[in-house]
Amino acid sequence: MATKTVINAAGRSVPLEINGQAVIPFKGVGKHRPEGTKFAPPVPSCSDYPEDGNKLITSLEEALKKCGLADGMTISTHHHLRDGDLVSNKIFEIASAMGIKDLVWFPSASFPCNDPLIKYLDDGTINRIEGSMNGPLGRYVSEGKMKGTAILRSHGGRVQAIQDGDVMIDIAVLAAPSSDTFGNAKGTGGSSACGVIGYAKADYLYASKVIVVTDNLVDFPCIPMEIEGIYVDYVVVVDKIGLPEKIVSGTTRITKSPDRLLIAELTASFLDRSGILKDGVTMQAGAGGTSLAIAVFVHEKLKDKGWKASFGFGGSTKYMVKMLEDGQMGYILDAQVFDLDSVRSLETNVTHVPYPVFNAYNYHSKGNLTSMMDIMILGATEVDLNFNGNVVTHSDGYLLHGIGGWQNCLHARNVILPIPLFRDRIPVIVDEVTTLCGPGELIDVIITERGIAINPLRKDLIDSVKGSGLPVKTIKELKDEAERICGKPQKPVFDDRIVAAVKWVDGTIIDVIRKLKTD
Amino acid sequence: MNKSVAVAGNSGPKVRSDCEMILEIRSAGGIEIDLTSRVRALYGESIKTLCLAILKFFNIENVLLKITDSGALPFVLSARLEAAVKQLTETGKEYLPEMISQNNYSATRERFRFTRLYLPGNTPGFMINAGLYSADGIILDFEDSVAPEKKDESRYLVRNALRQVNFYGAERMVRINQGERGLDDLDFIIPHNVNLILIPKCETAETVKAVENRIEEIRKQYKIESEVFLMPVIETALGIENAFEIARSCGSVVGMAIGLEDFTADIGVPRTVEGNESFYARSRLVVAAKAAGIQPIDSVFSDIGDMDGLRATVLASKAMGFEGMGCIHPRQISVIRKGFAPGVAEIEKSKDIVWAFESARSNGLGVVALGSKMIDAPVVSRAQKTLELAERLGLLKSNWRNEDRGQ
Repeated sequence: MATKTVINAAGRSVPLEINGQAVIPFKGVGKHRPEGTKFAPPVPSCSDYPEDGNKLITSLEEALKKCGLADGMTISTHHHLRDGDLVSNKIFEIASAMGIKDLVWFPSASFPCNDPLIKYLDDGTINRIEGSMNGPLGRYVSEGKMKGTAILRSHGGRVQAIQDGDVMIDIAVLAAPSSDTFGNAKGTGGSSACGVIGYAKADYLYASKVIVVTDNLVDFPCIPMEIEGIYVDYVVVVDKIGLPEKIVSGTTRITKSPDRLLIAELTASFLDRSGILKDGVTMQAGAGGTSLAIAVFVHEKLKDKGWKASFGFGGSTKYMVKMLEDGQMGYILDAQVFDLDSVRSLETNVTHVPYPVFNAYNYHSKGNLTSMMDIMILGATEVDLNFNGNVVTHSDGYLLHGIGGWQNCLHARNVILPIPLFRDRIPVIVDEVTTLCGPGELIDVIITERGIAINPLRKDLIDSVKGSGLPVKTIKELKDEAERICGKPQKPVFDDRIVAAVKWVDGTIIDVIRKLKTD
Repeated sequence: MNKSVAVAGNSGPKVRSDCEMILEIRSAGGIEIDLTSRVRALYGESIKTLCLAILKFFNIENVLLKITDSGALPFVLSARLEAAVKQLTETGKEYLPEMISQNNYSATRERFRFTRLYLPGNTPGFMINAGLYSADGIILDFEDSVAPEKKDESRYLVRNALRQVNFYGAERMVRINQGERGLDDLDFIIPHNVNLILIPKCETAETVKAVENRIEEIRKQYKIESEVFLMPVIETALGIENAFEIARSCGSVVGMAIGLEDFTADIGVPRTVEGNESFYARSRLVVAAKAAGIQPIDSVFSDIGDMDGLRATVLASKAMGFEGMGCIHPRQISVIRKGFAPGVAEIEKSKDIVWAFESARSNGLGVVALGSKMIDAPVVSRAQKTLELAERLGLLKSNWRNEDRGQ
């Protein structure tokens, strides 16, 4: 089956149709403008809902049946329970037992705990996954075993796809650590607290049917109402929505690897010498060991100089909480919570507030938080000579990671990628990325253990560190050094079949992933 | 040699940047390569091409080569295969990877040796980034960190690392084995631009001389011009008693280190944090080294999690006169360097003393005073040394005398 393809604005060969739906090739950063109005779910009437506000249903199966679960439907979930999620797999177990086929799973991300879903992909219960895929699920897709084509979107792109009507959610099944019988729900309380549940916002606003699943039923009103009950159809109480030890870390830790610490230290020096770090700075850093180490170094520098970050956007961790509580950060706006210290802070500090990616990252918002950020620390599996970035595939062609908020975060003022020059012989800086996820014009600085490369478009940054003694090199020099050490890698061999598409933040197709030829 | 199967290298779930080569010589059938590699999709062909070239170089025609690779770099792959080949065939040939141009630097006698990072000689993963941590020296170790059955293969690995790994200007040191094996180690490494040799468990001046003689022979044979310095490591009571003779045994000795784990074992007491049991030995070593005009170097600090303990130990060590310490983890390097470097207050006080001394001289005064205190010549000399050190470490500008000195 030959698919008609065109070359998009990033020079990538992409199809015009995926899963029977017309798609738009990438046009360039900020170029695409959809027309018309936002998608809207069917109109409900309060007359159809219990007057006493009690929407409890005995089981998830019953709730799914009442929502009219049928072949070909799109089922959405959020990933705040991370690797401890006990709800998502249950949905498909029920659907499979009912003999339902060809469902589309639309999660905000998947985790290793979702690997058992492979059997429902095999038996036809699930047609495809539209969301981030890691580990074995990614491998399954790369080897061409999934029936439909996977669609990878950023967190913001997921909201955009919902608002554009690209993805129409039939049933949103939203796990909630606390809920009342009306369906008002939040991320704190109970034994499965995950802090915030902001990823569910677009789902409950736009899905045709909404089921809240909780293991901690509280008296009305459940406040703060992160999910508003006026959008909820049914509430299901189960024994356990998640495994607490896998939902949040007891404690996140900075890296102990001397190589990563070196990169973190170099990153902190760069932020300092370039003048990016200043009083009132705004920043985001993830929960990876290197990012945490950078946060610690940044905290020390702010303290030394008597400066204060005006706000930080979480992924909150105890290191960010410490900045808040020590007075080196004004506010934490929080999209997800990574450890117990952050859960505690969210419950006690008035300057630590939920802030869903719906508000932070969405292409259809009237302005975005990301473009207001001074410091954005991100990772990548590959970066090429044009500073293009890849976060979803490895150099061997396997799809192994999701996009997360990565593409959205590229819109920050200074996008900095602290990455090793090579990992287990595999160079991270390459001639051309295996899969294009982010255009190089948005990636400003690459910081490796063997030197710093600044995007030539950022003359201001290049000038800012002249004479600083920092090891600034061209990206070509870094690539050559990696190849001198590792040797030049051969290219993975793909066949023509497209197994996954990568969408840009505006919903256009920036690249595709093809099936790997395996011997 | 009538073995027909050889094994070299390491494999296993925790192994990174290494490989295991199992080589089986056969009577016919040509060369068969069975490759398992986590980087097969990217380097499978290049690994096979390299191994075929090496087998051809050693004229091996019929063989089954089983490779289990966990991302080994080419210098590691070739070291492992050569080690396997040499278990099976008698040959004087060496398969030498290119000597990268960045590695052609020499050391000087008086360079700093505050921090020297130990690297186990058979663990390639630690070698690759070792030069990035800005230690004054890196020590590729053949001795205690290499298991007896791995000693032979580590020679090829260390040799190849000396040629291929960029240590970014760190002094290139090797700790050889004790005795005859140690002297044989030299044959493998001296031709590849080693700056300094550490001689473990050194007890007599003769041991140092034997090492120097062997190095001289190799230097002549290979027409090596750059110097190879020596640093005996004293680890026994007898070594301490002979410390001064060892220190001045040869012209190429630039420093002398103490190894306290072995020393305390030798005198039959446990090593303590306070170190009272080794106080005399350490003092004796410092005095002997200073008398011979070489650098006294302290033992390693073995708890890599205890940075506060390390900091305290470095300051105590500096106070005794030591001029450096071994590092067993990269995280120790900056703590040790900062500890041995002069502090801000020390630099300021030294500036005051030297300033007072120089102005007294220019005024023709014989007596130097700072405030109401008279300053003796040795005090001035020590202050001058501190400032020289600060200048060399970049902590003080060489034109500090021109700075405005407000009263």
